[in-house]
Amino acid sequence: MKISIALAQFNTVLGNVQRNLDKHMDLIDQARSSGADLLLFPELSLTGYVLQDLVPTIGCRPNKDDPVFRPLIEASNKLDLVIGFVEEDVRSRFYISAAYLSRGEVKHVHHKVYLPTYGLFDESRFFAWGDAVQAFDTRFGRAGMLICEDFWHSSPPYLLWLDGADLFLLQSASPGRGLNNSPILESARWVNHILRAYSSLYTSFVAHTNRVGYEDGLHFWGGAAVYDPNGELIAQGPYEEEALTITEIDLNQLHRTRARLPLLRDERTALVQREMTRILSNQSRNIGR
Amino acid sequence: MIDKSSVDLTINTDLARKILTGFIRSEITRMGFSHAVLNLSGGIDSALSCFLAAEALGPENVLAIRLPYRTSSPDSLEDAQKVIEATGVRSMTLEITEMVDPLFARFPDMDNVRKGNIMARQRMMILYDQSVVFKGLAVGTGNKTEMLLGYTTLYGDSANAINPIGDLYKTQVRQLSRDMGVPSSLVDKPPSADLWVGQTDEGELGFTYAEVDQLLYLLVDERYTPQQCVETGFAEPFVRAVVDRIRRNHFKRILPPIAKLSNRTIGYDFLYLRDWGT
Repeated sequence: MKISIALAQFNTVLGNVQRNLDKHMDLIDQARSSGADLLLFPELSLTGYVLQDLVPTIGCRPNKDDPVFRPLIEASNKLDLVIGFVEEDVRSRFYISAAYLSRGEVKHVHHKVYLPTYGLFDESRFFAWGDAVQAFDTRFGRAGMLICEDFWHSSPPYLLWLDGADLFLLQSASPGRGLNNSPILESARWVNHILRAYSSLYTSFVAHTNRVGYEDGLHFWGGAAVYDPNGELIAQGPYEEEALTITEIDLNQLHRTRARLPLLRDERTALVQREMTRILSNQSRNIGR
Repeated sequence: MIDKSSVDLTINTDLARKILTGFIRSEITRMGFSHAVLNLSGGIDSALSCFLAAEALGPENVLAIRLPYRTSSPDSLEDAQKVIEATGVRSMTLEITEMVDPLFARFPDMDNVRKGNIMARQRMMILYDQSVVFKGLAVGTGNKTEMLLGYTTLYGDSANAINPIGDLYKTQVRQLSRDMGVPSSLVDKPPSADLWVGQTDEGELGFTYAEVDQLLYLLVDERYTPQQCVETGFAEPFVRAVVDRIRRNHFKRILPPIAKLSNRTIGYDFLYLRDWGT
């Protein structure tokens, strides 16, 4: 089975959901007329990134009663969508969320689990953390979504892999940093390193897209990418510019790669569970909690 | 642990140029402006800001202002003219002598530092006044080295609406300037605030930019402790002096603190980017 994936890397208006929604609808039309089956938007695509005290004013709920989500859910009858947004739950907790919309339904919502709060980041000051990492079924097979810092940690992709995801849909709003004498920023080089690593280690498809544009002095570097189960880069968006990158992926590559390299078949999950239980029950050592 | 001689501040100037021109364009146009105004001293920092602004907005949308004092070096005026010609930006020249001399005359014992600050602030007044006439935003010309060392006049040359070169060390300003075609007479001459005759930055600071940039890079970017910097080969008194300078001058890099009384106070828990809503 071959599917066409579109990756949107675009600039947002900070805190203006309606204007960002208009842009989503334009990009959905463009992707659809190019024959895309799935369109991936970046992290917080409906809102912009450095929201700070704007957070409580721009929350959405991913359902048909929500005026922002209604047109998006409607549009998902044409092609599947991954949207980034601020979610306000029924008890007024705010999450950085990703919603997978397909055939007029919300198939899955992921809440960002890892909220970077160091260096230039201040997310956990404004957001609640998600508490689940789950794969879900799509019409293209089983997939998983993660948001930026979620996949800077190696465990969430691993959990998605064990939960059956063959297609990793990853969103970022990654500020560019680490200018040295290379033509690629350190932040961009690092992200592409780990995307390639995940596609190789998990013999899976990895699709990633990232914001562009500026928010005060920060800029976002774009550079959307798709890696195949062999760890090969099969599509790459430009750096620092808006673009809609569309590429076809052949899901049969999963069969071919895993026939050659049965890492998934040989994964010792019971051993992992046993050792995790032992490690986490060991109170005497300074280990991960 | 590295040796200080291996600290490499080289940057990819194509990438820097793309990011910085994009920054100027984005931050000026999203505020509803299309023009930039800057003070062109004849030195390398303002020359680079001028080149970047001209490329970002088009030279016809940039106003470069030359504001000499009677003791300013004629070379400065000439070098600024080279930048105006090379970039094609609009320009104006206004001598500040008759504006500041009456104030100097009022205090006959005024030292060079006070005079230098007054000149820097007079230039800021003209910059902001002309930004209204030209309907533009004031583009800053301060680099990372001088901001960290506090080698700048608060509300004078440090005042601006956006600063494209504030994350580049002086050494990197030179590299980018050379690659963008800033005339070599500006790139190669000893940096000077030109506030009095014969003044040079390196003479006044007591060290070279090449050396202090390497130290600042280790301290700030690479998070070396002062002691670790000494171990890479920097003289201890030099490290101590620079660390102290960074700390003492921090007030020039932040907004003045507001005494908190209410539940929501500007700066503490009233937090929005300037780009809010744009």
